[in-house]
Amino acid sequence: MPDQTEESIAKRKSWMSTLAKGKSASIGKLFPDLPVYEVIRAPETGTVMVRGRTGGTGASFNLGEMTVTRCAVRLPDGTTGHGYVQGRDGEHATRAAIIDALMQGVDAERVAAEVIAPLEAEFEASRQSRAEKAAATKVDFFTMVRGEDQ
Amino acid sequence: MYVAVKGGERAIDNAHAWRDEERRGDTSIPEVSLAQIREQLALAVNRVMAEGSLFDADLAALAIKQSRGDLIEAIFLIRAYRTTLPRFGASRPVATSKMAVDRRVSATFKDLPGGQILGPTFDYTHRLLDFKLAAEGKAPEVKIAPATKEDVPHVTSFLNKDGLIETELPSNEEPRDLTREPLEFPAGRDLRLQSMARGDEGFILSLAYSTQRGYGRTHAFVGELRIGRVAVEMDIPELGFAIEIGEVELTECETVNQFKGSKTEPPQFTRGYGLVFGQSERKAIAMSLLDRSLRWQELGEDFVGAPAQDEEFVLAHCDNIQATGFLEHIKLPHYVDFQSELELVRRLRTEAEAAQEAAE
Repeated sequence: MPDQTEESIAKRKSWMSTLAKGKSASIGKLFPDLPVYEVIRAPETGTVMVRGRTGGTGASFNLGEMTVTRCAVRLPDGTTGHGYVQGRDGEHATRAAIIDALMQGVDAERVAAEVIAPLEAEFEASRQSRAEKAAATKVDFFTMVRGEDQ
Repeated sequence: MYVAVKGGERAIDNAHAWRDEERRGDTSIPEVSLAQIREQLALAVNRVMAEGSLFDADLAALAIKQSRGDLIEAIFLIRAYRTTLPRFGASRPVATSKMAVDRRVSATFKDLPGGQILGPTFDYTHRLLDFKLAAEGKAPEVKIAPATKEDVPHVTSFLNKDGLIETELPSNEEPRDLTREPLEFPAGRDLRLQSMARGDEGFILSLAYSTQRGYGRTHAFVGELRIGRVAVEMDIPELGFAIEIGEVELTECETVNQFKGSKTEPPQFTRGYGLVFGQSERKAIAMSLLDRSLRWQELGEDFVGAPAQDEEFVLAHCDNIQATGFLEHIKLPHYVDFQSELELVRRLRTEAEAAQEAAE
């Protein structure tokens, strides 16, 4: 990328992460029609070794792998887009790459509103729903009053 | 003389065709779908992901269906599939302190920031068969309560403030990877944790239990057990920055263990660590107990000869695919080996008989 600033990187990280974690079916529904694009790197499925830290904070170790699919595309205006998504869905990776490219151009605002924002909302709603169920299982301790204390 | 034998092709084909039919079972009963396995047998799926060492619920569900529910066979299928995929790289270490927790309990502190969150647990049930499940029912109703977005802090971080527990300092050293290089001993904690995370749940459980029964006792408390989802972040070379590439469900257990101190360390609590893909707390607790007992040398404790203290014993035997492969290979044709054994026994018998006759 020619002009990467901290702010532009932070924004791009955010939408790429949203696209990676989003459901492929949801992205397909929100973004059904693909623009003209050229494939730079066809969708390829591989793994990423997930690492943890000893004791949660210490030295790192290899926990196990996860499946990831990546893809790279170029729009007619020359913008390149990358998709790195969880799982083995080539269409998911392709759409993520195209949307990544669009988000760097003049259509960014429209795509952000039509695709990224609803995807984020879906992820957040699912997370919130689990958090609320978990909160209902939080233990409220109470102390039994013993007779001799009165 | 060695005579090569061929044959059995037709028998093998027919055996596999019959196995496929048996897998399907009674065709008047609907076939189980991968989505049903993924959603309704989630803990079996979790085990296959953990021990198959590949986080992909759909693949694990397929493996479970293909293996007719034989989870070690399913793990074998996942391990084999994994080797066909290119490795894109390694993630940054996941931040379990930022986990979106479904469950988080501590056996050492009653009142702790974030609270005791039970989550979807089997604990506190009477283990009575629920015959309501034998009939199709409507979806269960779940209660909800307002939730905060705050991170739930680790229990050990409170103890750390007083220096009462050993500190785990981060390091940027590249961890070794047992899927890329042969396992050599002494292995070290990074390889031990990797090995146990993908090791057989039953084996890890039994050895952890052996420490509780006195074979390498470590006086463990569950300082904290948490289950939930964490984001996985990876540096993307072509971008020059890191992005989140997905999310995994993890179970993390930290034990707090009694420690009298040694020549170099003051009396303080020590720690054992367990981290496993999916919701798998039996495995995570067992792993953390075993991690702690394997640290005897580093902490200057005595080696009492317990299997759970023996790194080579634990790591060389905890992998159920290696174990299965070696164990089950003895059922395959060993006609030539056996022929030579047979000849040897016959010769020894003849010699023994001759010796006896000579003595008489």
